[in-house]
Amino acid sequence: MKFGVVVFPGSNCDRDMQNALQHDMNKEVIMLWHKDKDLSMFTTDDCIVLPGGFSYGDYLRCGAIARFSPMMQSVVEFANKGGKVLGVCNGFQILCEAGLLPGALLRNGHQQFVCKNVFIKGADSEVLKIPVAHGEGRFYAEDVVLDELEKNDQVVFRYCNEKGEVGSVNDVDLALYNPNGAVRNIACIKNETGNVFGMMPHPERATSVALGNVDGLKVFDLLGLN
Amino acid sequence: MEITAQTAEQLRITPEEFELIKQKLGRTPNFTELCTFSAMWSEHCSYKNSIKWLKTLPREGGRMLVAAGEENAGLMDMGNGYGVVFKIESHNHPSALEPFQGAATGVGGIHRDIFTMGARPIAALNSLRFGNLKDNKTKRLLAGVVHGIGHYGNCFGVPTVGGEVYFDECYHTNPLVNAMSVGIVKVGKTVSATAEGIGNPVFFVGSATGKDGIGGASFASANITEESVEELPAVQVGDPFQEKKLLEACLEVIETGAVVGMQDMGAAGIICSTAEMSAKGGVGMRIDLDKVPTRQQNMKAWELLLSESQERMLIVVEKGKEDAVLKVFEKWDLPCSNIGEVTGDGLLQFYMHGELEAVVPAYELVLGGGAPQYAREYKEPAYLQEIAKFSVNDVPDIKDATELRNVAEQIIQLPNIASKRWISVQYDSMVGAANAGTNAPSDAAVVLARGTGKALAMTVDCNSRYVYANPQVGAAIAVAEAARNIVCSGGEPIGVTNCLNFGNPYIPEVYYQFVKAVTGMGEACRAFNTPVTGGNVSFYNQNPDGPVYPTPTIGMVGVIDDISNHMTLDFKRVNDVILLIGKVKNDIASSEYLHKIRGVNYSPAPYFNMEEEKHLHEVIAALIKNKAVQSVHDVSEGGIMVTLMESGFNRGLGFDVSFNNHYVDESNERNDAFWFGEAQGRVIVSVADEHMEAFLQHIENAGIETVELGQVTSGDVLVNGDNWGNINEWKYKYDTAIEKLIQA
Repeated sequence: MKFGVVVFPGSNCDRDMQNALQHDMNKEVIMLWHKDKDLSMFTTDDCIVLPGGFSYGDYLRCGAIARFSPMMQSVVEFANKGGKVLGVCNGFQILCEAGLLPGALLRNGHQQFVCKNVFIKGADSEVLKIPVAHGEGRFYAEDVVLDELEKNDQVVFRYCNEKGEVGSVNDVDLALYNPNGAVRNIACIKNETGNVFGMMPHPERATSVALGNVDGLKVFDLLGLN
Repeated sequence: MEITAQTAEQLRITPEEFELIKQKLGRTPNFTELCTFSAMWSEHCSYKNSIKWLKTLPREGGRMLVAAGEENAGLMDMGNGYGVVFKIESHNHPSALEPFQGAATGVGGIHRDIFTMGARPIAALNSLRFGNLKDNKTKRLLAGVVHGIGHYGNCFGVPTVGGEVYFDECYHTNPLVNAMSVGIVKVGKTVSATAEGIGNPVFFVGSATGKDGIGGASFASANITEESVEELPAVQVGDPFQEKKLLEACLEVIETGAVVGMQDMGAAGIICSTAEMSAKGGVGMRIDLDKVPTRQQNMKAWELLLSESQERMLIVVEKGKEDAVLKVFEKWDLPCSNIGEVTGDGLLQFYMHGELEAVVPAYELVLGGGAPQYAREYKEPAYLQEIAKFSVNDVPDIKDATELRNVAEQIIQLPNIASKRWISVQYDSMVGAANAGTNAPSDAAVVLARGTGKALAMTVDCNSRYVYANPQVGAAIAVAEAARNIVCSGGEPIGVTNCLNFGNPYIPEVYYQFVKAVTGMGEACRAFNTPVTGGNVSFYNQNPDGPVYPTPTIGMVGVIDDISNHMTLDFKRVNDVILLIGKVKNDIASSEYLHKIRGVNYSPAPYFNMEEEKHLHEVIAALIKNKAVQSVHDVSEGGIMVTLMESGFNRGLGFDVSFNNHYVDESNERNDAFWFGEAQGRVIVSVADEHMEAFLQHIENAGIETVELGQVTSGDVLVNGDNWGNINEWKYKYDTAIEKLIQA
């Protein structure tokens, strides 16, 4: 599996993603410029990554301008053909703006930027410690959409505590482990066909022994991106 | 318009300086020319009241690759063909008026100083000081400053990896915001802030120029008064998105080989960058100001020259290679405009629509050239007599176990000691995927320097109450603590950048603090072999009630050659033995305990001995290299008790410790001094059973004092046999104290 990492003006996790994929996961990586359109070097077995950062300075609304870039037109086409796409943080916001994923990322419930290690968990996965860093990461969608996501097993990771316990609406203690107030503790979703993924936590920041955390490698594994 | 001494005074130029300007020009300057002197001869740009003393600091040697003050930031050799570039700078005055933009542009400015040299910034730190946190004004300033730093740094994409935050009444009107940036660059790939080559084009790149920040440099060179709010236009507005693009474009344009010299536009904007680059290269420039991209109409020549609009650079390009430069900035959608050329006559000639608006010799404007340098008088402040009267015997000791626990509980919740979590989580500390401290905390921040095979340890330190108590010793302690933090993290300290925050230099008592502090700093920097690579002086941190504490903030960088030597501060394993390396002193002077719990405002600086301190650092470095210790954490504010608590918090491990009757001076053994005293030159380590023999051998060979305090427990905190509950209960109090105060 080959990876393409899109560089928007204002992307700032592009190089981290490149490093993680190349050096820690031994993958081939091609950096893609937002003004280009060519994705002919990729097949649908490959993966395009929209990295974190502040594309176009988060002007107007996070991800709202990036979706109109030439490269995003090709990424949408690529995804519709079944190609794999992963959006992390600002990349997740762009995917929602582009309509490749449902819902939206709203300003954090506590109104502040938050950067720290959090715990997330998939349906059958172990508990993983992954960093978050965002001001607008509160996933939101209407109940009907959320019910549909759950029914189709499209919720990939939820915020939880160290023991893997996920909070419910009235669970004040467990709410502490949800860093942004995301509805139903959602940290990561995928599209209905299972080839487009969006997540607020940063797996690329947790792929190296030197940083004392390799749980990010397990995230790529669980998403089938390895 | 007739230019008189009155005009000059309105521009904060003294009558004597006005005469000097006339003498240098051989005529009376016009208004635009006078404005250029006003900005360039301001304290902020010229260092006119500080340079004499700054020259006494060790400014070369060691690993330095450029002499202090030569370039926009210090450059030191970190080995393997890489250099580390770093600098600290203040943004105190703007932050006092408009905390969000003031702090944000402080961060933007310091990063520009790093990448204008061709280095990529990899880490940011900051040192912040505010008034009483119970005060609403302080809460507003704190929230604004933290939001501003986060807003700019998070978007720009450089992690904020460390810092310090202090609260004291003396900073109520004059908060201090000092920002530091650290970058890395391949040796030989740096760019100089020099203009060379007659006929070479001069390019203006980055954001369009507006009227924001006009007069910022001279504004920062005056006291803050009630009228200061009327100077709001002197505060700049930042756009981190533009700066992120500017960073990438500048690093890319250097690769084209077309760049002769580059300097960012910070204080005093176009006039400062053209003057400094020209003076350094011994050349002049002919500039068409109407070619500068503007975002406001009808800007006058002096406004264009003085504007401090952010995210701008001046680049001298090799003639014939203009296209390569234009192409890079077009790629990044940044304005890039050829605004003039290098000339051979040493004159700065500014034209507007073909009309010559100003002619000034570049040399006469700059520090080291025609800018005045003053030797100010100084006088010992009267309060030092009060301090000399202090006697520890006048202070009641902690009398029993109940009071001891009570005091400990108060101490760990003091804003100067409690966790700064509420602040630090608002900064992206992990972008760059190189912050080794996230999962393995140390006394200094530790950041992997990608591609170099090494890591950098970095810290900012200054306990200004110590400096107030004894400017010379206090400043030396700031250097010693910075070095200690780096050594305790497994690093070798290599150099210093300083941010000297003081009151009005025209007041002899303030200038006394400045002179003594610089003297003490110089002594310590020589002792620890950490030359001063540059920095910044911020005077006039003063208001009608008086000056702030003298605050010479030290930013220090160290190298960790072998990443396996990265040492952490947290206890690792139950039953490991906890020891103090260094002396038990009968000393509570200038401690948080004495100040906050006992309410004593006047006491000397704590115990400090330079030779003992140096010896301690050597011993700690050797213990780490030989893997004889499990954790290392230095004793600082709050004394041994706080050091123990902090060592336990990360893994939820407790400790079982007892008062150890090991005083140097056995005639007076105080409980408070043992647990909360802040005598310098001390470190707490934990040692595993299997390493104890090797550890003791080292200690014996080194001939340094150690005191066994107790053992690591699985969570219980036991002091003199009393159970104080689980460490996590203490951690909760420590973590939430500041949040509670802010929300109160």
